[in-house]
Amino acid sequence: MEFFRDVNIDFLGKKWYFLAFSLVFSVAGVFSMLFWHHIPWGVDFRGGTLVYVKFSHTPNLNEIRRTMDRAGLHDPKIQTYDRPALNEVLIDLDVRETNEAALDRGKLKIIQALETNVPAGKQDLNNASSLTIKNYLMDKDPMHLGSDADQKYTAQAQAIVDYRDKTLGGVLNSIDELKGAPDTNPAVLASLPDGFFVSDFHTFDVAIVGPEVGGQLRRQAGLATLYSLAGMLVYLGFRFEWIYGVAAVITVFHDTLITVGAFSLLKQDISLTVIAAILTLIGYSNNDTIVVFDRIRENIKLMRREKLSDIVNRSINQTLSRTILTAGLTFLTVLALFLFGGEVLRGFSLALVIGILIGTYSSIAIAAPILVAYQDWRIEKSKRPGPVAGVGKPGKPALSAKAK
Amino acid sequence: MNKPFLWRVGVIVAALLFFLFGIFGVPNSFSGGGLLAAMTKRINLGLDLRGGTHLILQVKVNDAVNVVAQNAIELLKESLSKRKIEYTDITQPDLQNNPDHILLKGVQASARGDLLSIVQDDLPEYDITGAADNSWILSMRPQQLADLKNKAVTQAIETIRNRIDALGVTEPTIQEHGLGQYQILVQLPGVDDPERVKDVMQNTAMLEIKQSLGGPYPSEQAAMQAQPSGILPADAMLLPGHSAPGAGPDEEAWYVVSRVSAVSGKDLRDAQASTDQNGQPSVSFTLTGEGGQRFYNFTSAHVGDSLAVVLDNKVQEVANIKEPIRDTGEISGGRMSEQQAKDLSMILRSGALPAGITYLEERTVGPSLGADSIRAGVRAAVIGMLAVLFFMLIYYRGAGINADVALILNLIILLGFMGYFGAVLTLPGIAGVILTVGMGVDSNVLIFERIREELRNGKTPPSAVDQGFSHAWITIVDTHVTTIVSAAILFIFGTGPVKGFATTLTFGLLANLFTAVFVSRVIFDYVLSRKQRGEALSI
Repeated sequence: MEFFRDVNIDFLGKKWYFLAFSLVFSVAGVFSMLFWHHIPWGVDFRGGTLVYVKFSHTPNLNEIRRTMDRAGLHDPKIQTYDRPALNEVLIDLDVRETNEAALDRGKLKIIQALETNVPAGKQDLNNASSLTIKNYLMDKDPMHLGSDADQKYTAQAQAIVDYRDKTLGGVLNSIDELKGAPDTNPAVLASLPDGFFVSDFHTFDVAIVGPEVGGQLRRQAGLATLYSLAGMLVYLGFRFEWIYGVAAVITVFHDTLITVGAFSLLKQDISLTVIAAILTLIGYSNNDTIVVFDRIRENIKLMRREKLSDIVNRSINQTLSRTILTAGLTFLTVLALFLFGGEVLRGFSLALVIGILIGTYSSIAIAAPILVAYQDWRIEKSKRPGPVAGVGKPGKPALSAKAK
Repeated sequence: MNKPFLWRVGVIVAALLFFLFGIFGVPNSFSGGGLLAAMTKRINLGLDLRGGTHLILQVKVNDAVNVVAQNAIELLKESLSKRKIEYTDITQPDLQNNPDHILLKGVQASARGDLLSIVQDDLPEYDITGAADNSWILSMRPQQLADLKNKAVTQAIETIRNRIDALGVTEPTIQEHGLGQYQILVQLPGVDDPERVKDVMQNTAMLEIKQSLGGPYPSEQAAMQAQPSGILPADAMLLPGHSAPGAGPDEEAWYVVSRVSAVSGKDLRDAQASTDQNGQPSVSFTLTGEGGQRFYNFTSAHVGDSLAVVLDNKVQEVANIKEPIRDTGEISGGRMSEQQAKDLSMILRSGALPAGITYLEERTVGPSLGADSIRAGVRAAVIGMLAVLFFMLIYYRGAGINADVALILNLIILLGFMGYFGAVLTLPGIAGVILTVGMGVDSNVLIFERIREELRNGKTPPSAVDQGFSHAWITIVDTHVTTIVSAAILFIFGTGPVKGFATTLTFGLLANLFTAVFVSRVIFDYVLSRKQRGEALSI
């Protein structure tokens, strides 16, 4: 089986189309970043409070919004999380406070606002930690234990919480549902209704990020990206020639810009893992670029008499089969991640899905034409008499290959 | 079957066994469940997969600097008065940002030499520079200042570790975080209630016993008015306290206490939760030999006076000194619960924090989310992997088997690496494993495509394989190095989950060099050795 046999596409002849395509997407992304959605930093970078809540019934977002408003939490971002069937909601309080203690209070306020009709003196079993349950059991002592009560009740509380979270998915509809829990004592379960009630929700994930950490992370992410690019530049300059490094870095910058732009256009949060994905893309896109460059370097030695644009075209075509196959296979795995990897990895896999498409395209459509454009410019310059004349001899490719 | 070939097969089998041991160790049983249990024992799950609490703390290192600076000021005052040098004022002009700066005003010009020699002899860690109007600025030497701040962070980590260990949290991670920002990363697997841990960690637990000179007063003004001339004596200070017994809990109470402490938290040998004479929860403590001696001297000199037990600059309790006390004491009052008494005694035992801390970030991941994530991640990994294996088989036929073997071995080596290095598997880490599959197959594709090309150019199968490998090798090295460079940078800058991703990606790519190049080549050589001359290669 073979998809690409003896292909001979004039890629360089289409460079103006490529340029137009890249420009449209980059400019759209930059416009969105500047004037429309801006850079949609996730909570990791902008700071704030995120509370993930799972309800026992289909949640009414407007109702939740009203409840939050009554509790003095204005304009929170409330959205359905993951598949609607899971009844999960994400409540996002943007950071306005600069003080970490105030952020902490945000979480408690959300929980308190959602807990309606609390029976007097009872605690919410759906949001109780194992410690709360243990303290309650220690107080009640339903098993009439003497000395090692602490240890036994800790284990009981843990078993209850484990059953609630791992088997029942976090939300109990009634305390009776705990009857099936393994390793629990009937007397313990029977004592629970005296001190607990069940609300209709469970907070299963909380993130509170202070503004200071957010700013620091933004700086670090920027630095990491810059160092990564600088690393490429140096390595490629060392292995090939500096212009190859420059071309690769411009290409990767183009990929990063379009990917981030796409996140802005789609209004998808850029979280820490998305940055990790983008850094991976820098590596991946370089992979593709290097494969083409390696071939160009090899062909320059073999085809000394031909024009560089022909050599580059031929190199791209020779590696096209590999480029498409690898991109296709990596894309396949990333697509599996995007479709089946769950909500937590959604942003991460989206960045990879976009990035692999762009990265593959750019190694053909951006990196190689830059080499040819540079070559043309040098020949052009050396034709004119001037102080730098004679740097590259006309007719001979100015680009050469270092020894392997 | 020549000798080098057997030798290479031996290397592969040895690697396979070595890394299988890395994943599973010696499992109790070879059933699916037994193997899974053995595997989860060797490969640690990150916080995002097992649930727990993740905190980032800021150590207010300037607190520690301030303590040293205040000691320096006391020392300076003493030396100045000893040498009879007059000055108008001594202050810390920038307490917020540079608490080490000490401004000394109005020193007569003739005392310059004396002043310089005092600083040189008594405060060797300080630099002194002259300023306008006979003022001098003392500032700590940069090296000393940096050491002091770093020491505060190390000490805070040590103290927090003691406290968390005492709470019985299993496998906590407590380490310095970030790049020189004086932050600490604390990860507590399985902790679903961060509130108590946070309280326990944040408590500076600065215990002092001072002489009580008056109180309680209902307000600060009342306390001032009670002083002979309306101002506090130089050696006294005003501190808030718990409301007096019988008063409402919101009522204020202020005490005038001595500035110097008889004993402090450093002098504690032990602290235990107990109950006071009213049956209320309290904390009793014992002092070290030296601290006990000082306490004895102090209480002997002040029989009939009152002492104040001060915790974190709040008066906990005031008691009458009936007789000299040597080495025991009690902290009660303040309406402690049993749990609070237990925590406080533990905190006192663990030592005081050298500086205050604040929380910059808090994440709690519920175990249900972690379980869901694992299921989804593993499902995506299996689907992605199967799709790739299947495709390679269809597209490259015979050589596809070769690639598939290499890919599976790649995965085994990657997981084995993680087992040996105690690397943490996070959710992005699982994604890294998937990505490794996708990128790992790239090397195979590169080589196979090259071999096909060489075959098309009329080369014999053995020479095409040889050429394919040697040409693709250069490209593979270049691509792997650049990707590992970005992974390394991720590892340096990232935290938690992202670090896990960088780790799996790097290990995966290293393993790939071995499997795609070495293992794959051995399989090709084996296939070629069984073929007749001129027989075609299935690729």
